[in-house]
Amino acid sequence: MAKNLIEVKDLKKYFKTSHGMLQAVDGVNFTIEEGKTLGVVGESGCGKSTTGRAILRLIEPTSGEVYFDGHDVLKFSESELRKARKEMQIIFQDPYSSLDPRKTVMQIISEPIKIHRLIKNKIDLENRVLELMETVGLAERLINTYPHELDGGRRQRIGVARALAVNPKFIVCDEPVSALDVSIQAQILNLLKELQGKFNLTYMFITHDLSVVHHFSDYIAVMYLGKIVEKASAEELFKRPLHPYTQALLSAVPIPDLSERKERIILKGEVVSPINMPDECRFAKRCSYARDECRSHTPELREVYPGHFVACDFPLKG
Amino acid sequence: MKDNDLIINIENLIVHYETEEGTVRAVNGIDLKMKKKRSIGLVGETGAGKTTTALAMLRLIPDPPGVIKNGVIVLNGENILDKSVKEMENIRGKDISMIFQDPMTALNPVFTVGEQIAESIMLHEDVSKKEAYERAKELLEMVGISGNRANEYPHQFSGGMRQRAIIAIALACQPKVLIADEPTTALDVTIQAQVLELINDLMEKHETALLMITHDLGVVAEVCDEVAVMYAGRIVEKGSLEDVFNRTKHPYTEGLFNSLPNIKDRKAKLKPIPGLMPDPTNLPIGCAFSPRCPYANDICREQKPVPRWISSTHMVECSAYDDPSFHIARREK
Repeated sequence: MAKNLIEVKDLKKYFKTSHGMLQAVDGVNFTIEEGKTLGVVGESGCGKSTTGRAILRLIEPTSGEVYFDGHDVLKFSESELRKARKEMQIIFQDPYSSLDPRKTVMQIISEPIKIHRLIKNKIDLENRVLELMETVGLAERLINTYPHELDGGRRQRIGVARALAVNPKFIVCDEPVSALDVSIQAQILNLLKELQGKFNLTYMFITHDLSVVHHFSDYIAVMYLGKIVEKASAEELFKRPLHPYTQALLSAVPIPDLSERKERIILKGEVVSPINMPDECRFAKRCSYARDECRSHTPELREVYPGHFVACDFPLKG
Repeated sequence: MKDNDLIINIENLIVHYETEEGTVRAVNGIDLKMKKKRSIGLVGETGAGKTTTALAMLRLIPDPPGVIKNGVIVLNGENILDKSVKEMENIRGKDISMIFQDPMTALNPVFTVGEQIAESIMLHEDVSKKEAYERAKELLEMVGISGNRANEYPHQFSGGMRQRAIIAIALACQPKVLIADEPTTALDVTIQAQVLELINDLMEKHETALLMITHDLGVVAEVCDEVAVMYAGRIVEKGSLEDVFNRTKHPYTEGLFNSLPNIKDRKAKLKPIPGLMPDPTNLPIGCAFSPRCPYANDICREQKPVPRWISSTHMVECSAYDDPSFHIARREK
């Protein structure tokens, strides 16, 4: 078995608001094996992006442990962290706002290389940028263009090249294809898959799109209001969802196939902000199976089948 | 089809945006018929001309630079392109309504939700302010929001609730035609499911014709009876849901399906359409899809394809079918 490159233990991120403590991420545990992809799905406000950023310490977690290759990232000093960032990169959702409009493709892709002082010679640097551009499928002639001259798909390729520039081991992909049209989305997903095989990359793939996460991930964690409610291999989760929320989420996905028409479970109500959450199942208010016990304590994530974890005291029959 | 079910008939609509950089050929001659209680999904990627088509139906194309070059849009036997500005004001909201994509920006932040629904009723019907407000409350109830929240402001509503409020405004005067421009794109899936169900129910109840603009073929499969696939300002394939999904004919439609992850087989590799949508100021001479099409031949690159009716319901615009033995790789179901 491959080693765990990422190990997250009881990660919490709370934000102070005028209404109370917002528990954006509230005790999240998971591991990611080297070379594999963990997909993290959930709706707006479930804490999936906050989790991704907290792991990279782009925002400081409130508490918990994050091990990268055996070292606790949260205990790193400034300089140690800077070194670690070479190994851990992120690709952002919006290729329109995540690239500096005043920089050329060359400047954008070479920036991380310069920061980490990997290549000092100017010619070598340009060659490295050209090599990266070729890797992500950007034509050489685009090296001096600015982001506004390029379409969304090409911009996202710049974002990928920038993340790859320092030869990272681990990349957080935060909704990398959500802003793109389907035909372009497929191009970028194929590219990320291909790069994973080539460089043995480990991904944390954050998305709200269930068909994309199913296609892309080895394992999937479903988040709801700051907690992981279910975790399993991609195949297992789609075949046998055990948490009522996962079941509703899967049934809500419109499928572009007429033979696959199915009964949808329409959830009542909406996701609330996780402010000052009481000690109860966070899904209980919208859950059609909820009983009194569900409102008396927070269910723990437990293994129901080998490798299949669910945080529900009364999981559905698989 | 009974002819008296026909509500809107668009013929040879051409819309250009004349900018300093050149003429953007956004819509290049489309025909579309909408019938009572029927819903059409208008599918395509960014820049295909979907929203421009919808705006033309409401005469809301920004002018300048937009110009409706040609075509007729017949509503109730009359061409709305001949209507005066004043007459259009009576048509918008009363005969044709539109739901916009972004529920965060489509509502006015300084008026209560109830006032905004009532405004639409007062514009078109001879009712007092009080009556209109009461009707607004009923409409809110109809879309699943408690009527006593009518005096709240948009910022007090969540995204899903705002989209429901917008639907309430659009349906306030029971329009014959409802245009929904990506109504669920900004929403989460469980909320999307709620809104789609609401649109389906309301259409049924009010006998509205629906034009659903979307890039999501899954949404089309859930909501629509017919599908029109747009590419570079043309409808390249049109037919019943079964025609387009199960007996796909156009290579672009095939490409769209192949780009989507297969829910039944997660290991299946995605087959994206190579390249990009052509620049609408500089469209290819022949078929606009030919530079990206795996089946394109010399005729495709030189001549504009013409509509070809495969059955009474199914149209495809592709010259490759000049060869009777031609077929795409996607199998019929």
